[in-house]
Amino acid sequence: MIEMIDVKKTYPNGVIAINGLNVKIKPGEFVYVVGPSGAGKSTFIKMMYREEKPTSGNILVNGVSLPSIRNSKVPLFRRNIGMVFQDFKLLQTFTVYENVAFAMEVIEKEPEEIKKRVMEVLDLVGIKHKARMLPSELSGGEQQRVAIARSIVNDPKVVIADEPTGNLDPETSWEIMNIFEEINNRGTTLVMATHNRDIVNNIKRRVIAIESGKIVRDEHRGDYGYEI
Amino acid sequence: MKFRTLLRHFRESFKNIGRNGWMTFASVSAVTVTLTLVGVFLVLMMNLNHIAGNVEKDVEVRAHIDNAANDDDIKAIGKKITEMSGIETVIFSPKDEELTNLIDDLGDNGDAFKPFEQDNPLRDVYIIKTKSPQDVIKVAKKIEGFEYIQSVKYGQGYVEKLFSFVNIARNIGIVLIVGLLFTAMFLISNTIKITIVARRKEIEIMRLVGATNNFIRWPFFLEGLWLGILGSIVPIGLISVLYYNIYKYVAPQITFKFIDFLPASPFIYQISAILIVIGAVIGIWGSLMSVRKFLKV
Repeated sequence: MIEMIDVKKTYPNGVIAINGLNVKIKPGEFVYVVGPSGAGKSTFIKMMYREEKPTSGNILVNGVSLPSIRNSKVPLFRRNIGMVFQDFKLLQTFTVYENVAFAMEVIEKEPEEIKKRVMEVLDLVGIKHKARMLPSELSGGEQQRVAIARSIVNDPKVVIADEPTGNLDPETSWEIMNIFEEINNRGTTLVMATHNRDIVNNIKRRVIAIESGKIVRDEHRGDYGYEI
Repeated sequence: MKFRTLLRHFRESFKNIGRNGWMTFASVSAVTVTLTLVGVFLVLMMNLNHIAGNVEKDVEVRAHIDNAANDDDIKAIGKKITEMSGIETVIFSPKDEELTNLIDDLGDNGDAFKPFEQDNPLRDVYIIKTKSPQDVIKVAKKIEGFEYIQSVKYGQGYVEKLFSFVNIARNIGIVLIVGLLFTAMFLISNTIKITIVARRKEIEIMRLVGATNNFIRWPFFLEGLWLGILGSIVPIGLISVLYYNIYKYVAPQITFKFIDFLPASPFIYQISAILIVIGAVIGIWGSLMSVRKFLKV
């Protein structure tokens, strides 16, 4: 599903973010990516959806070799993965419904199918009743639900989440995690970078810890492992 | 691209105009202000050009024929002139007619010439108009070389000055219009650029969820088109109403020989078409140029 082979990433300013990293994530897995700030977590995640290119090494996602695809083909690749961010990244001038529908419009789905499917996923994340509101009229947790709905609306095999609970209070974070578990239970691979100790320690899953651009720990049902 | 998607882009472009209300307002205002300026200048310049054309058209070549020429010679000369390139009309005016015209033109003083009716000192004349007034000098020079041509008159000295004046006026007009157009392009595209920079996040998100560059570009392209067209409505309305009224009420008051205005009927439509095209082109151009910056191509 996702494979990184001898991946190195050096930024133009000389910072080495990832330094010889190998990892394999199987279909249907639920993986936490943890580690201190500046350890390379973000770069690791960004390389998975081809926002950053590795300096050397290879990355395979859904069988696609990411370093070799052209910039213009990146959007096509991204249609097969779902993405969730700390800052939600919703289109502020679009309604909840339009935000989710947009991800289907770009792949030219039938209008009827879009209508049906969007309402379905909005129902799944529990925000159907606010479909006609703008993101600015919603709370953080609600906005994140919309973002999650958007990430899964096209049934991707992989969902990548970068600190999805970073801007949310503990209670809302749990609600969001329930949705992620539900998504993972349906067979979707989930990779989630997080700083949330409680979540990692309570919902036990595979934990990959990154420090100084390397994987320092990879446990099947691991702990967060860092003191806050 | 599927037809359905094209419809989607149209729908989306209209929605965006509403979604970005103030930004739309800013862009449309910029288009409105500059197009009004461009339009007013165009109207002025095109009318000046028209007047200049009137003045030029009045220029003609008068070829005086030697008395030694017989009827056949005169006919031959006429044929030769007609066959020259760039000639519009050739009118033969016999010397009797010339004298009558002269006497009529001078009014009461014309009587002084009456005695000459018996022994007309004037010559038969060919009056030649060229298709392009600026050819007059060239044509005159050529005819001068023909047999039995006694002299050629076209307002020597005066005509050259007139033409050089008209040419300078035209060039200044063109420079002004082009300058104004560039200013308009700069101003409008800058305004649109600012409104789109505000939407760079929007473009980034679209790319994140898998929209191709073309998919992102289309609504922006159409939005630019609508902005341009919306912005040209006020200038077109304003200029049309003003020009129509000037043509109807002011123009008839001016009786000076060469000064008349371009007829309102086709002219207003021409100006409107020009303005709407300029608006649309600049709108599209500004919008696409700005989006380009945020699409990693």
